[in-house]
Amino acid sequence: MSDLVSQNLNMIFKSPKGETVHALKDVSFTLKKGELLTVLGPSGCGKTTLLNIAAGFLRPTSGKITLNEKEIDGPGVERGMVFQQGALFEWLTVAENVNFGLRMKKESHEVTAKKVEEWLDIVGLKGFGNTPTYQLSGGMQQRVALARCLINDPDLILMDEPLGALDALTREKMQSLVLKIWKETGKTIILITHSVEEALLLGERLYVMAPRPGRIHKEYNLPFAEMGLKEDLREIKKNKEFSSKREEILSMIWNMEEEIMGKEN
Amino acid sequence: MLTQFVTVLIFVAIIGCILYGRRLIKTEKVDAVFGNPERAKGGTHWIIVGSSAILLIWLYYSWDIAKGFYPKSANELCQVAKVNESLLGLKYQFPIEEREFKSTSIIKIENKNLERVANEIQSSPDLSDQQKNILVGYINQTKQLIPLLTNEDLMEMSTKLEIKELTEQIKILSSNFQKKDYPFETAEQKIERQNAISEQGSWGIITVRTGTGSIENTIEVPMVPETNRGLKFHVAAEELKIINDKFFKLRNHNPQFKNSIKKIKDEIKAYRKSLNDTDEVASTYAKDIVKIARRIEYASIYPPTALNQMKTAIIEFDNTQKDQQGGLRLVDIILFPAGTIVSSGTSCSEQGSGRWLPKPSDTFNKFILMSKPSVGYKNIPLLWIDMIDVSSIVGFVLPDWFADILPGEYPIHTNDGVVEQNFKGQVLKIVTGDFKLFKIPVPYGHIWDSFLRVFLGLVFGIIIGVPLGLFMGLNRFAKGFFDPLIELYRPVPPLAWAPLIISVLGIDNTGKVFLLFMVSLSIMIISARAGASGTQLSKIHAAHSLGASKKQILRHVIFPNSLPEILTGIRVAVGMCWGTLVAAEFLAGTTGIGFVENVAKKYFQYEVIWITIFIMGMLGLLFDITLRKIIDKTIPWRGKG
Repeated sequence: MSDLVSQNLNMIFKSPKGETVHALKDVSFTLKKGELLTVLGPSGCGKTTLLNIAAGFLRPTSGKITLNEKEIDGPGVERGMVFQQGALFEWLTVAENVNFGLRMKKESHEVTAKKVEEWLDIVGLKGFGNTPTYQLSGGMQQRVALARCLINDPDLILMDEPLGALDALTREKMQSLVLKIWKETGKTIILITHSVEEALLLGERLYVMAPRPGRIHKEYNLPFAEMGLKEDLREIKKNKEFSSKREEILSMIWNMEEEIMGKEN
Repeated sequence: MLTQFVTVLIFVAIIGCILYGRRLIKTEKVDAVFGNPERAKGGTHWIIVGSSAILLIWLYYSWDIAKGFYPKSANELCQVAKVNESLLGLKYQFPIEEREFKSTSIIKIENKNLERVANEIQSSPDLSDQQKNILVGYINQTKQLIPLLTNEDLMEMSTKLEIKELTEQIKILSSNFQKKDYPFETAEQKIERQNAISEQGSWGIITVRTGTGSIENTIEVPMVPETNRGLKFHVAAEELKIINDKFFKLRNHNPQFKNSIKKIKDEIKAYRKSLNDTDEVASTYAKDIVKIARRIEYASIYPPTALNQMKTAIIEFDNTQKDQQGGLRLVDIILFPAGTIVSSGTSCSEQGSGRWLPKPSDTFNKFILMSKPSVGYKNIPLLWIDMIDVSSIVGFVLPDWFADILPGEYPIHTNDGVVEQNFKGQVLKIVTGDFKLFKIPVPYGHIWDSFLRVFLGLVFGIIIGVPLGLFMGLNRFAKGFFDPLIELYRPVPPLAWAPLIISVLGIDNTGKVFLLFMVSLSIMIISARAGASGTQLSKIHAAHSLGASKKQILRHVIFPNSLPEILTGIRVAVGMCWGTLVAAEFLAGTTGIGFVENVAKKYFQYEVIWITIFIMGMLGLLFDITLRKIIDKTIPWRGKG
């Protein structure tokens, strides 16, 4: 059993003025090993909060979240994270960024070097080991971030809008890469995104979250990720079922936004 | 010679570069848009024009061009200045450069004075009516003195003759002055003069006092005439001086005047004697009246037309000497801008921009001279190397108590008077530097001292400021605890601390290094704090989930992330320290660049002042360039994260 289990998670933020924001309300779910979950929702629905709690950067106000039956209490190596802007250490080279985790663990040089070679090859950055990070393009930076996270061999990978800042072409390539890595490594992945298409394409399961208070609004089980492993991603997008799902979710989110606007007025 | 060459070179460079620039504008594809920054790039030729212009202005206003092209001009102008000086007294008697006759203005002033005293006497409450009457009587008597002097009919024949004689002398001088062979110098006189010339040196020479090695002030302008034209003026000036003296010894006193003034003086004297101690006011006024009478007696007051011929003669001579200056007048007007050479009795000196703006050639020569370790400044070279035994450095670095804490006792002499060394004694020898090893070169001198102070102040500031700043950027307690302390002393200008710190810690290195430490500390703390608190949270999160410990995050994430801010802080701190140091060295000290400038200021050594300014500028620039290079090397990612 290496599941991620969340039971009645509640997260309430208090601003210094005394206002309270209910970021998450009674969020419960179970994620089995090797599943790829995408989380979608309008801004302010608590997606990132959920991810930060899973990563251990935040402690929930109430409720419990466990990985492999161990309660999550602070950040750990078994949960790797990929950020929107990469959050690379720009003073280090690509290889130094990738082997950061191993260096912190004081692994031997030979093992580290070999693993770095391996992972750079997987993410498609072979030969870029000595390039300074700040010279890389956005897509390449995300590849480094992926490799840096994966080299630690985490049980769970948390991705916070990892492809949000990329242009459409790069994004498509990266989506294939994420699927490829998911298939090859069999990791459990939670991926947060703004893009409905991306959520549908990558997610084996998909949660649509609603705001105020943040909660899971609807759950889908999707076939497209499996298809994406064999087919071209663009072919899937032409799929009728894909389009109808996309329209359904889009109108759902649209309604949520309308509702918020109505509340505010 | 060098100045001439450089001047010509500058002119050629300026004209050439301007022509090149004009051609470039014509041949370049002209873009229609105003404000294209690309057009400001690559203007080396304009840089040459700019720096040449600065050098040219310097050469011109320091009169170095005059010195280069007309090296004898200062000496000749000195002789002209002598003539002007001798003429000055005579000229002032007449409305030549003044508005009115000297006699007229004296009469006006003294009449006014008498009136003022009269008014005061009339309105004084301390005087009796009787006293007032007597004093006003004296005033009227004194007033009556003036017509006795200005009446031409009363003028003595002998005085008239003497004036005529002086006038004749001036006329003869004028006519002689135009002759080619004036001043009729004999062979002996010539030899004597040439000996004096060979001894006096040339314009702006630098003398080094042998023995002490200190640089003495320059002989600004040589006095002895070196050219025939100069000699003419020199001799004329001497003759004029004699005439001048004779004229001012002359008194226009006729017997009537002599009687009158004697009468006034005696009466007032008798009156003052007759007064009691209580009549002090009356006595004072009587004394004032005598003073005015004396001034009238000794002033050169003449009848209005008595000196007319003399005036004509003086104007004639003045015109003659101006004619005889010839080309020298042009040189004076064109090549001696903002001032000229003046003579004042014992010496000739530069007056104006040539005085406070040293000539580039002189400055360069003096710099070369000062750079010699045997000369230096105040017996200390600017920058040199001394061979010092390693032992003294070891003795300086290791603290002496090192030996004290060892077990055992220091050796005691025996009954035979022999001291047997033991281990503890050996260690003491080492920590006090009492041994011989080998010598290594160690730099010293004014520049090195200044540099070392800045360097040490900066290093201590970095060592303490950076960790403290990082700590303050990450910890609420540290921020709150240290913030008041830093904010209390930081806004105070560093120099405001200087008198206190120097008087507590001494005028030597300790005080200055501590002052600079204070300057750099606050800057380093603030920059390190900004760097630490500016670290992106996602980077720290990433490091956390990659398994880094708190220490590792500090070492591998927060510190490198703060490096750009820290290095920028160092750059700012260097500038601040450098400025503060020089000013602190002004206040007190015995070495350093600021010290050199301060001493030079006291002795009006303008060249030295400018040399120190240049050295400071160059060192400041060197620091900045070095740091910029370091910044480019160590943090190439800056601004690209």
